[in-house]
Amino acid sequence: MSVLQMQRFSICAMKKDRKAILEELQTIGILEVDTSVIESQDLQKMDTLPQRQLFERTAAQADQALEVLNQYEPEKTSMLSSLEGKALVDKDAYQKMVDNKDTLLQSANEIMALSKEIAESSAAIIRLETQIETLAPWLNLDVPISYSGTKRTAVIIGSIGKTAALEEIYSEIAFHAGEVEAMDIQIISESSNQTCIAATCLREDAQALEDALRTMSFSRPAQTSSLAPAVQKSKLEQEIAAFQSIIVETEGKIRAKASDREELKWFSDYYRVRAQKYDVLGTIPQSKRTFLISGYVPERVSAGLEKLMAEKYDLVVDIEEIPEEEEIPILLRNGKFAGAVEGVLESYGLPTRHEFDPSRIMSVFYIFFFGLMLSDAGYGLLMAVVCGILVKKYPRMTEGTAKMLRLFMCCGISTVFWGVLFGGYFGDAIQIVASVFFKTEVTIPPLWFAPLDDPMRLLIYSMLFGLIHLFVGLGIKGFMCMKDKQYLDFFCDVVLWFAFLIGLVMILLPSSMFRSMSQMDISFSPALNTLAKVLALGGMIGLLLMSGRSSKNPVLRIALGAYDLYNVTGWLSDVLSYSRLLALGLATGVIASVMNQMGSMMGSGIFGAIVFILVFVIGHLFNMGINILGAYVHTNRLQYVEFFGKFYEGGGKKFTPFKAMTNYVEVKEEK
Amino acid sequence: MNGMVWALLGAALAVVLAGCGSAYGVGVAGQAASGVVTEDPSKFAKVLIIQLLPGTQGIYGLLVAFITLSKIGLLGGAAAELSMTTGLLICAACLPIGIVGLISAIHQGKTAVAAIGVVAKKPDQFGKAMLFPAMVETYAILSLLMSILAVNAINV
Repeated sequence: MSVLQMQRFSICAMKKDRKAILEELQTIGILEVDTSVIESQDLQKMDTLPQRQLFERTAAQADQALEVLNQYEPEKTSMLSSLEGKALVDKDAYQKMVDNKDTLLQSANEIMALSKEIAESSAAIIRLETQIETLAPWLNLDVPISYSGTKRTAVIIGSIGKTAALEEIYSEIAFHAGEVEAMDIQIISESSNQTCIAATCLREDAQALEDALRTMSFSRPAQTSSLAPAVQKSKLEQEIAAFQSIIVETEGKIRAKASDREELKWFSDYYRVRAQKYDVLGTIPQSKRTFLISGYVPERVSAGLEKLMAEKYDLVVDIEEIPEEEEIPILLRNGKFAGAVEGVLESYGLPTRHEFDPSRIMSVFYIFFFGLMLSDAGYGLLMAVVCGILVKKYPRMTEGTAKMLRLFMCCGISTVFWGVLFGGYFGDAIQIVASVFFKTEVTIPPLWFAPLDDPMRLLIYSMLFGLIHLFVGLGIKGFMCMKDKQYLDFFCDVVLWFAFLIGLVMILLPSSMFRSMSQMDISFSPALNTLAKVLALGGMIGLLLMSGRSSKNPVLRIALGAYDLYNVTGWLSDVLSYSRLLALGLATGVIASVMNQMGSMMGSGIFGAIVFILVFVIGHLFNMGINILGAYVHTNRLQYVEFFGKFYEGGGKKFTPFKAMTNYVEVKEEK
Repeated sequence: MNGMVWALLGAALAVVLAGCGSAYGVGVAGQAASGVVTEDPSKFAKVLIIQLLPGTQGIYGLLVAFITLSKIGLLGGAAAELSMTTGLLICAACLPIGIVGLISAIHQGKTAVAAIGVVAKKPDQFGKAMLFPAMVETYAILSLLMSILAVNAINV
């Protein structure tokens, strides 16, 4: 249970075994390398950065090639494929891939080159299409745009930057160049912002005519093709078609490469793992003949690791205890059941070395509260079964996902438990179906009571569960104080609070206020009543005097004590916070009933049944989704804020052993 | 005026106010979430969860309205005869979730936007990021509880 004790594991070995030893360690994956403690001027570290970067680049190249492959020949994946985990690769097949890694690199490069070709062709097509677009106004012209005329006549082709009628152009020319008489102007095309024209005149008049036209913002076109626009267009279209067929052909070539996909994945992982190895290699100190490697290993495996390494290689292993004050990387070890909440704990922060690992206690409360918030037997059963099937069906999913699913499976079972207690089976589905479709009244009595009929009762229970949860939290704090032998802290911060709070609760229970709220009549014997007062008063005075014990100044000490007493409001709000157990539980049940009611509105015929089934499936899936989310978020909150607030700090560093971290595959080890 | 009008007004307010708040909250959070997904589609599931958090107020409003409607007999069966006082009582009982739902959903939406920002930069801090919007929700839950208890306690 709990935080695993670590030991410092140092190896000194011959340089000739360096590669083999590093690979061995990487495969075993149980040592977190930390060479910062080794100090020596005589030892040198290798600069592995260039190689590492080369390997990383190669892995990235393969990844890009895989991405291109996926773009043109998408891999068939099911929705649940992310649960399947990494594929297992036979060691021999993997070795074969490593042997022919050069061909694979070439293949990756080819794929990238092909993809570049496609990109270039696409760009060329876009360029040609723009050219065709600029040709569009000139399509009616049957000479090339750059045509300048015959021996005696000149042809001026260009556009006027506005819409102009033929008469307007003629009159404008007559005004500016009256001497030009023989001319012919044709409008090729007209649009809202330009008029394309071709003007013919004698060569000697050409200059005058063009000057006259320029007063109407005439300009010559930018194209200088020697082909008539229509011919030019069809030529460009042919070029586009050629590029398109290149694209199709290149895509075909890429698809043909899809057979390399699997090996490319291994290839990428191979270089990724090598880069990781070189990363570590760069941190280990080396002398001329030997090298040192040191790091953290869990105590329970260190002896085994030593034996294994000493058998295979000539080396010296040194195992030492880590000094108390030094922080260690944190690895938790809990059973399958309590381990399931480790993910939840981790997202708050792992415990530090000297802290108590709350996983085991937390898992019980987590599952208990989750079930209480969801509290519908139907939903719980569905959740437990789905999670159970997924865990069974995909045994190779990542550890984190597996933990999460196992946790939800347990939560589902707890939800069934609470659902039965409260009588919720998809809300009131069974009653509704019976009364609408079979005209019979069925009542399913809840095993305990229906929350909607007596919400006050469940509210009281919610707060009771909350108080227990909080007291356990305070108890853990006490346990930690005892473990650290801080008996004064234990008494002042834990025992006094327990006395004070229990006294207050015992005063509250027989009071008329509580009786009117809960309709429960609790009366204590006079002795108990006195005990309550003594506990509360004693606790209060104790806290007042002792909480500020760190301060020497007596006035300040009392003031700090009074301030600490004020924390009782914090306890009140913490306990009230557990009312969400009731609110969320009611939400699930009532919305489920709304769905059932909506479904049954169409009456009892065939049509009514179809509508009911549709509304039932969609509505309950929606309700389930939203309430599982709510239960998850608020269970987390109760753990993080209320429970952890009493004793837990977190902030431990996760144990990250040196091992092969791959993206796609895992190599099967020979057993 | 019949008490029924007031009771119905209360139910409507619970749904309308809380629903408007949730629509706003989920809306702004959705904008932030879309921004994150354009950069990194793999964060979709995480940001979606955070986006949904301000949506619960609308559901709480619906919940209270539903309890109210079934209380005054509008859902199947005969509608109850309500006096003016009872109607007003029911209306008042619906107000907590309506008003607190509206305001808390707006603020929860803004907090969710910030939390989505956390997930965008540090996806491993998802657990903590999710907690901030959940803190806001506490007050919606408290008002929901009051509304339920109050509606339930009124004798029709």
